[in-house]
Amino acid sequence: MGKQILLEHINVPGINTFDVYRKQGGYAAVEKALRTMTPEQVTEEVKESGLRGRGGAGFPAGLKWSFMDRKSDKPRYLVCNADESEPGTFKDRYLMEKIPHLLIEGMIASSYALGAKTSYIYIRGEYMYIVGILEKAIEEARAAGFLGKNILGTDYSLELYVHPGAGAYICGEETALLESLEGKRGNPRLKPPFPAIAGLYACPTVVNNVETIASVVSILNMTADKYNDMGIGKSTGTKLISASGHINKPGVYEIELGLPVEEFIYSDEYCGGIWKGRKLKAVVAGGSSVPILPASLILKTAKGEPRLMTYESLADGGFVSGTMLGSGGFIVMDETACIVRNLWTFTRFYHHESCGQCSPCREGTGWMEKVLHRIEHGHGHMEDIDLLVDVAKKIEGNTICPLGDAAAWPVASAIRHFRDEFEYHVKYPEKVKNPRHWEEALVGA
Amino acid sequence: MEIKFSDKTMELVQRIIKRYPEGKQKSALLPLLHLAQAEFDGWLSTDVMDYVASLLNIKPIEVYEVATFYSMYNLNPVGKCLIEVCQTGPCWLRGSDEIVEHIEKKLGIKNGETTPDGMFTLKTVECLGSCGTAPMLQCGATYYEDLTPEKVDKVLDDLREEGKRSAYVSSEQSAMNSQQ
Repeated sequence: MGKQILLEHINVPGINTFDVYRKQGGYAAVEKALRTMTPEQVTEEVKESGLRGRGGAGFPAGLKWSFMDRKSDKPRYLVCNADESEPGTFKDRYLMEKIPHLLIEGMIASSYALGAKTSYIYIRGEYMYIVGILEKAIEEARAAGFLGKNILGTDYSLELYVHPGAGAYICGEETALLESLEGKRGNPRLKPPFPAIAGLYACPTVVNNVETIASVVSILNMTADKYNDMGIGKSTGTKLISASGHINKPGVYEIELGLPVEEFIYSDEYCGGIWKGRKLKAVVAGGSSVPILPASLILKTAKGEPRLMTYESLADGGFVSGTMLGSGGFIVMDETACIVRNLWTFTRFYHHESCGQCSPCREGTGWMEKVLHRIEHGHGHMEDIDLLVDVAKKIEGNTICPLGDAAAWPVASAIRHFRDEFEYHVKYPEKVKNPRHWEEALVGA
Repeated sequence: MEIKFSDKTMELVQRIIKRYPEGKQKSALLPLLHLAQAEFDGWLSTDVMDYVASLLNIKPIEVYEVATFYSMYNLNPVGKCLIEVCQTGPCWLRGSDEIVEHIEKKLGIKNGETTPDGMFTLKTVECLGSCGTAPMLQCGATYYEDLTPEKVDKVLDDLREEGKRSAYVSSEQSAMNSQQ
């Protein structure tokens, strides 16, 4: 197993309690930051670490922090994005449930760096059982003097609250999240202004993913230099990967960035290979929105180089032959998986989750769902395939937020790499009546 | 029936409102709607929404537009136990459609329907972040994971025996019940 920094102590009994977490070296990052560093130094450290946003976009976290308007006389806010909703992604849930203090510690150190006096953790409503876990951790941290007035006897004070959403994928988009936190519908805002200038209550705000905030603890503990030594190039440190689908060992794995994809899929330390002794057909490597790749292209790039788990290697070849690391939602499909049906579920998801603000997304996602439904259910026409490509193209780049792109990419890539399967559905409608028709054809019903 | 939170819930409501800056009490809307749904029979009637609006000093329309946006708020009565089965890709790959079929057969209802005794409502939902333990269903705040038809039978039998209304949150539970 590669080096673990976030999940190092995950199996220590009682690690969800303050006492055990503290015994394992917990809250040392807060002590270090508040007692020995200025907020600017903490920000600088995060910048130097090369940490990139772990929610999906991969934007440099330190740079995002440096955009925070520190001259404004308004209050500043740090909001943690725990709205994890990208299909295939469940790493933040795992982290918050198993080792909640890691997030709380990260929130304190990061809030200090940003000068936030009140911070919120916005968690998806379906994770309601975790709200209690986080609030208990907050109470424990407060009782130990790590939250509230004059933390550790310094003049820094912080209040931290957990705020549940109520079921809306779109609230993972940071401006929609802020709208929702203000008690409104989760409609994304036009940018600019960016949240760093006018975010929550029109005050300077930074929104960071759970894993990003947790990684700040590791960076402060091990120093930016050491963190930077892990990984390859601009993909520094470790990443939590949520592995699901047709593999022997689904679950959350912390990998050092740079691990070969092949090793991740087949090694017993990680996914443990494809289930039922079957062959690999395709992978969606970074959550449902990133382009799907066939086995040949996920294991090796178009140039024939081994594909690595880094932002750059997964993106190698652009959207023609590459994909994205995204949120690290790694969905594996074996040879019996129907690409069309899987795509239909994704498109149904995006149609369901479109906020309805921009017509290309609101209408386009519904249209794509309808067309995919008829192809999958044996009522499709050959021209439907190009119609899908056309609709996807017209959504992409034409919406306020990236949900439109997220809905378009899976459609475009599935047709790019598996067009024959769509054609097969149109040509042989009677053969695709069983939703598990490939399974029927390959291994018997 | 007069719509009014219990004293205990009211205390929690006051604590939640204080988490947000003065004048920004509307921020408490989503948490309060969760509490209202739990306390008033598992769904949000217009009267309940109007009541929440009055607690936050906002217009009723501000509550309606939010309640209709988020998928966890029920705008119509539901069975005592709302069974939500995830249907998105990763769950489908591992057999969620068989799970839905099994529940439909066992309860004698289709997706979206409620059993005649008012015990169960079946609803298919989109990704709940449980892809590594698929297929799964959620009932109230509880996730039931790595499902098989046999496991589903047990879950439904246990829920029926318990006979309690499922809720994502309540002032009795620890969730959202911090002492701050």
